[in-house]
Amino acid sequence: MGDGLANTAGHFFVTGDPLIIGSDVAIVLVSLGIVFVLTYFKKWKWLWREWLTTVDHKKIAIMYLLAAILMLFRGGVDAELMRTQLALPNMKFLSPEHYDQIFTTHGTIMILFMAMPFIFAMFNAVVPLQIGARDVAFPYLNAISFWLFFFGALLFNLSFVIGGSPDAGWTSYPPLTELQFDPGVGENYYLLALSISGIGTIATGVNFIATIIKMRAPGMTLMKMPLFTWAVLGTCIIILFVFPVLSVALALLLIDRLFGAHFFTMMYGGNPMQFINLFWIWGHPEVYIAVLPAFGIYSEVVSTFSQKKIFGYKSMVASIMAITIIGNLTWVHHFFTMGAGPAVNTFFSISTMAVAIPTGVKVFNWLMTMYRGRITLSLPMMWALAFIPNFALAGATGVWLAEAPTDYQYHNSYFLVAHFHQALIGGVVYGMLAGMYYWWPKMFGFKLKEKYGKWAFWFFNVGFYVCFMPQYILGLMGMQRRMYTYPADMHWTGLNFVSTIGAYLMGIGFLFIAVQIIHSLLHMEKDLTGDPWGGRTLEWALPSPPPHYNFAVIPHVTARDEWWERKRRGEQDAFLPRPEAIHDIHMPKNSGVPFLMGLCFFIAGFGFTFGWMVVGALGLLGVLACLAHRSLDQHPDHDIPAEEVRRTEAALGRL
Amino acid sequence: MAVMMEEVLPKQAGPSRTGDNGPVRLELSTADGATKIFGFWMFLVSDVLLFASLFATYVVIYTHTADGPTAAHLFGHDTAGFLAETLALLTSSFTCGLATWEMHQGRAGRLKMWMGITILLGLVFLGLEITEFRDFVGQGATMQASAFLSGFYTLVGTHGAHVTMGVLWMSLILYQLARFGLNAVTARKFFIVGLYWHFLDIVWVLIFTVVYLTGVM
Repeated sequence: MGDGLANTAGHFFVTGDPLIIGSDVAIVLVSLGIVFVLTYFKKWKWLWREWLTTVDHKKIAIMYLLAAILMLFRGGVDAELMRTQLALPNMKFLSPEHYDQIFTTHGTIMILFMAMPFIFAMFNAVVPLQIGARDVAFPYLNAISFWLFFFGALLFNLSFVIGGSPDAGWTSYPPLTELQFDPGVGENYYLLALSISGIGTIATGVNFIATIIKMRAPGMTLMKMPLFTWAVLGTCIIILFVFPVLSVALALLLIDRLFGAHFFTMMYGGNPMQFINLFWIWGHPEVYIAVLPAFGIYSEVVSTFSQKKIFGYKSMVASIMAITIIGNLTWVHHFFTMGAGPAVNTFFSISTMAVAIPTGVKVFNWLMTMYRGRITLSLPMMWALAFIPNFALAGATGVWLAEAPTDYQYHNSYFLVAHFHQALIGGVVYGMLAGMYYWWPKMFGFKLKEKYGKWAFWFFNVGFYVCFMPQYILGLMGMQRRMYTYPADMHWTGLNFVSTIGAYLMGIGFLFIAVQIIHSLLHMEKDLTGDPWGGRTLEWALPSPPPHYNFAVIPHVTARDEWWERKRRGEQDAFLPRPEAIHDIHMPKNSGVPFLMGLCFFIAGFGFTFGWMVVGALGLLGVLACLAHRSLDQHPDHDIPAEEVRRTEAALGRL
Repeated sequence: MAVMMEEVLPKQAGPSRTGDNGPVRLELSTADGATKIFGFWMFLVSDVLLFASLFATYVVIYTHTADGPTAAHLFGHDTAGFLAETLALLTSSFTCGLATWEMHQGRAGRLKMWMGITILLGLVFLGLEITEFRDFVGQGATMQASAFLSGFYTLVGTHGAHVTMGVLWMSLILYQLARFGLNAVTARKFFIVGLYWHFLDIVWVLIFTVVYLTGVM
């Protein structure tokens, strides 16, 4: 034990690789910079009071969005490093071990610490406003969800400087990930970071189902709900059903590693395929968890910027629910090569192809919505338009992969890599960017300037095809995923080089988004109307950003596109509160406990990562203390007096 | 003090709702209470899936004993142990039901008494389970011995950890009932921990069937 500790201490900080040392220096400098700025401008109190203790869904949304963009940057840098290594044969830019770590962190971060917070940013920013509610059902739990995500992400990213990153792929398959073959703390980081953020995700699922089922404004029946809210409902149902399965898969592997159990080992009767099944029972529906909110965003964007109601609303709802169910029945297509036999593989082939049907319905509905609409080519609409051909191609190659016999040829090749990047970038990232541009004025109160956004759009889109189309061909030529290099005589060089150029173009596109945000911050153009796009749903009836209680008076909903219908009839004023209709508003109080609970989880996770059971147990005791504190809190809510609400509304020019 | 969130909940206004069949139960009498109970049902869905995954894993590996002790070897000789555990836990679910019934009659004293008995039975169950685990480990049947035993300790242990949480949680609610009396908030809190307790009972029935009875066969 003593030896083990001393040994661990020696390897505590990752040293030796110049890239990592450079990053260490950068991290220290940036952290010092942040501390300096906060101290110099006396912003510590502001940070604590306005952000770290907030339970307001609108502020939580902003924190999720910032985290998602930062993680997109980190995951993107990983991608650029990989593409640089693969640009030419026999490159020595990254060592094999370092390459393994980078493709692992790239995948894990992009799915769990970029896509997930991005969709949660959209959930939080939009759902309560769209359904006419003052917050989510459980605002305190919502803050806990955020801090569990945040500290999970922090734990994961810490691996890179302390102890070493995980290096067995984002899927972390045993027996490779068992202690015998993968000693060190990297995999423990992966397992614990994902477990912690996974608890937060389950809580978000519970929270938004309760919000959507229980908190809708009077008159908003289920079939009058905006399609984004429907998509969130479907997403949360999937979260509720599959995230616990991931938690179990991760926990069992962790028990193997920490306590020497034999769930997935090759010895003593362990069964590694059981992990792979559990992982994909979560992993495949996870794709729909990420893409359904994007579908919801496209529905809102296409309808708004075509100035038409959505075509086939009911079939859209039916498609969302069909995807929610069928998406849970396709997981085996990730390992047809397991050899489960023709009957099992046939079932999963057919169920996989079946998902294409509701998805196709949605694509045609978006096209029919645009047909004879008055289309405005704003940034959200451009991303939505670019999504359609992109995702159609992802769907087509997906159906190829779904054919079990031919899949034996493509399995784990660059054909697959190109396919899922096309689905996840063309489907999810485009959707999240469309949503970010669309709701940015609502979230922040100012618009993003279009100029640099259009540069970003074109660089990213052209870059996407240049990057990934060659990879389909490389896959068919036999190039396997996760290869850190390749020989010169395979005829792969040209296509790989082109692909790397595409990755750089996408990187430039991302930088343009960053420039666009900074430029718009410096030359702020405030959104004074609250409705900059000619929106259709309730959120556009509020000022940008809305006051923290959202609705001074809860509206009555009579139509699907309530705000649009009111505007059409010249009844916008119906949404302005009458002074006598304003009463005291009960709202939850801010609290620092969710932040502390996240911190306790972080301490527990860090302790268990290094096998320091005492530290881990102390962290968990801290979590229990936070839970007990909440249970004993007799005054978690407070009143906003009607007079204060009237003053706020008057200041907003709404009284 | 009665929860003041109804303004956040536009669908159901006012603290004193009445249903079609007379007054609504205390725990459902505020919109906030009803939402929290609904939310807890949603959480239970996720907990069902958690146990479902553990059961599925157990069923896949329970014959993988790696020349170590088998289920029949461990449970076959001493059926009294797990029968006593079952009796304690099933009875505690019954007493928890009685507590709920007394709460609906507005009898806070008897509610607290039945809660206390439920907690005691939960502790008896935990004591028996810990003894059982200790005996098994003493016979060399450790978690590290085979995949079957890894699955056994993890599945049954996860249930035991839930019961431990339940005991701590119900004690905390009992304290609050004693301190603040029976009102819409404490009623809702007890009702939710009651749901949790009954859920653990159902999981135990499955463990009894899938782990112990199947093992003895």
